[in-house]
Amino acid sequence: MSMQAASTQIASRATAIIDEMKALEGPLLPILHEIQEEFGHVPAETLPIIAKALNISNAEVHGVVTFYHDYRNHPAGRHVLKVCRAEACQSMGGDAIAAQISQALGIGFHETTKDNSVTLEPVYCLGLCACAPAAMLDGEVIGRLDADKIEEIVQEVRS
Amino acid sequence: MTVTIYIPRDSGALALGAEKVAKAVAQEIETRGLDAKIVRNGSRGLYWLEPMVEVATDAGRVAYGPVTAKDVASLFDAGLTSGGEHKLSLGDPEKIPFLAKQTRLTFARCGITDPLSLEDYRTHGGLKGLENAIAMTPADVVKQVTDSGLRGRGGAGFPTGIKWKTVLDTTADRKYIVCNADEGDSATFADRMIMEGDPFVLIEGMTIAGIATGATKGFVYIRSEYPHAVATMQKAVEVARKAGVLGVNVMGSPNAFDMEIRVGAGAYVCGEETSLLNSLEGKRGIVRAKPPLPAIQGLFGKPTVINNVISLASVPIVMDRGAQHYKDFGMGRSRGTIPIQIAGNAKHGGLFEAAFGLTLGEIVDEIGGGTVTGRPVKAVQVGGPLGAYFPRSLFDTPFDYEAFAARDGLIGHAGITVFDDTADMLKQARFAMEFCAIESCGKCTPCRIGSTRGVETIDKIAHNIEPEKNLALVTDLCNTMKFGSLCALGGFTPYPVMSAINHFPEDFRPTPVAQAAE
Ligand SMILES: Cc1cc2nc3c(=O)[nH]c(=O)nc-3n(C[C@H](O)[C@H](O)[C@H](O)COP(=O)(O)O)c2cc1C
Ligand code: SF4
Ligand code: FES
Repeated sequence: MSMQAASTQIASRATAIIDEMKALEGPLLPILHEIQEEFGHVPAETLPIIAKALNISNAEVHGVVTFYHDYRNHPAGRHVLKVCRAEACQSMGGDAIAAQISQALGIGFHETTKDNSVTLEPVYCLGLCACAPAAMLDGEVIGRLDADKIEEIVQEVRS
Repeated sequence: MTVTIYIPRDSGALALGAEKVAKAVAQEIETRGLDAKIVRNGSRGLYWLEPMVEVATDAGRVAYGPVTAKDVASLFDAGLTSGGEHKLSLGDPEKIPFLAKQTRLTFARCGITDPLSLEDYRTHGGLKGLENAIAMTPADVVKQVTDSGLRGRGGAGFPTGIKWKTVLDTTADRKYIVCNADEGDSATFADRMIMEGDPFVLIEGMTIAGIATGATKGFVYIRSEYPHAVATMQKAVEVARKAGVLGVNVMGSPNAFDMEIRVGAGAYVCGEETSLLNSLEGKRGIVRAKPPLPAIQGLFGKPTVINNVISLASVPIVMDRGAQHYKDFGMGRSRGTIPIQIAGNAKHGGLFEAAFGLTLGEIVDEIGGGTVTGRPVKAVQVGGPLGAYFPRSLFDTPFDYEAFAARDGLIGHAGITVFDDTADMLKQARFAMEFCAIESCGKCTPCRIGSTRGVETIDKIAHNIEPEKNLALVTDLCNTMKFGSLCALGGFTPYPVMSAINHFPEDFRPTPVAQAAE
């Protein structure tokens, strides 16, 4: 597909999402969530479309997208691993676990492996603080991380 | 008769393998041709025993835990469906001391019922509070809540009834009830447990708030880190709508109330109420200056009740049993019960709902059972990332808003993180500053810039660079942040930092060079 065709397609998919949600009270976050769900990130070309549909400035939409940690401006790897770095997990050796995970995957936090298999991100609490250290792999929760569970995670993202 | 087997759907249980256990149980039921069904309940909150499987027998519920998928076949061999003995037997769950010692008002049903069965909810006392509220005048409902002494469980401890009264007394064409389910504090999971384990109690509480204040629309703002809570709440709202609990005629009354579930986008500061309102409106989560109070000009400029999940989920019991019943629990100006969350390096981590007044030592040593690593408890952080670190010498502090404030600490959302003696308090102080830097909304200089300077200065202390001078600098910086910040993110970050410095000075002392080089 040509670049232009791809971009037209993004525009039409984004417009469909916006049309469906713009009647909500305070529709911007729900729209951005849906767009990220659809494309895996919030493509830059959707911002002016959103701005126009909601009758707000491009700068306003840009400001919102960049304020929140969840929105990506480029796609993540095939898997997303979020490892909790907050206090309760720290108290159970979370820092060492995080370092082991980072080493096993060969990437640091906020990075994606070269083969695009996984993106590693920090998260500050998953509400699993009585099952620490904790992580979330593609929305699946994992508690009491240890060497075995790290190995399982690595296997899963590589398969 | 069909036997009911309960396997939690709570995130904590799922994180420990409950899904695999459920699959294995379903498999055994099928291959053995048993007349049994599985109910995915919430968690009772005894996380060291999760996944905890329960069976309803003629003699009551019988529990087993912690169960892994590979235990399942042997459990059936041992006669699981009739409560047979097994090495994982826990007996009657309510007789487990951790549960037996609790006073479960807000969490009365959590872990017992099917979270999405409105019938279960009614059978276990649900909707009585709402029925009572419908029969009363709004002013009387507000009075009940005020008289109960219920204070906001989100952290600030503001009297819930007084907030509601302001909204009731403000005239407007539209009012809102907003539930703060952003639960960003480390060590806290009470909101999550309620939303996953007894969502109707939150819906009931919000509906009562609507009737009491004249609001017809509610929003639950749930953090995106809680996908299971989001899914359960969404389903529960649909069930409630279908059953006429929500809608234009709440339970057949002339009152209208409906609600929507909204999902956050990974910003801790959006737990601050005005930042949350901005976020709901589709703006950046920047903190608003007060006044105007949200109760007068809140969501979209309309009068808005914004309350924590637990505050709202405690209203149905108040309206069911009456203000006095709730108020009879507690101490001083801290009335009723508080769901204490014991987290981190605790032997018995989980949710412990109790009347205010237990001492920190009782909670950590007796109920929490000390550390899971078996090492001595060095410090506990109470109240999340903005809460103080307490040393053992302050373990006589009773769990009470005022008592904690008197010791330069806070209860916050009642999460307690236990640390053993391997904890490095300098590292913890550094993290508090780092967290503030990551999550600052950027509006005030002391918070936005001060936190980053704080990290750098603590790093200098760690590297023995003019430690005395830099320690004084951190103290000074904390003062600036405390008094020059608009909200508690910048304003309270000094609590963990200064408590670490004051109670654990040895961790901030210059270390001999050889050791420092390690
Ligand atoms: C940085 C920051 C984060 C907060 N996070 C939460 C939160 O996650 N949940 C919550 O209920 N309150 C949180 N609060 C407190 C709210 O601002 C507010 O006091 C609360 O929602 C009021 O409800 P309540 O009276 O029922 O406690 C936070 C406050 C600050 C300053
Ligand atoms: S203290 Fe920090 S988070 Fe709070 S308003 Fe100021 S800059 Fe924003
Ligand atoms: S601190 Fe890691 S899950 Fe809460």
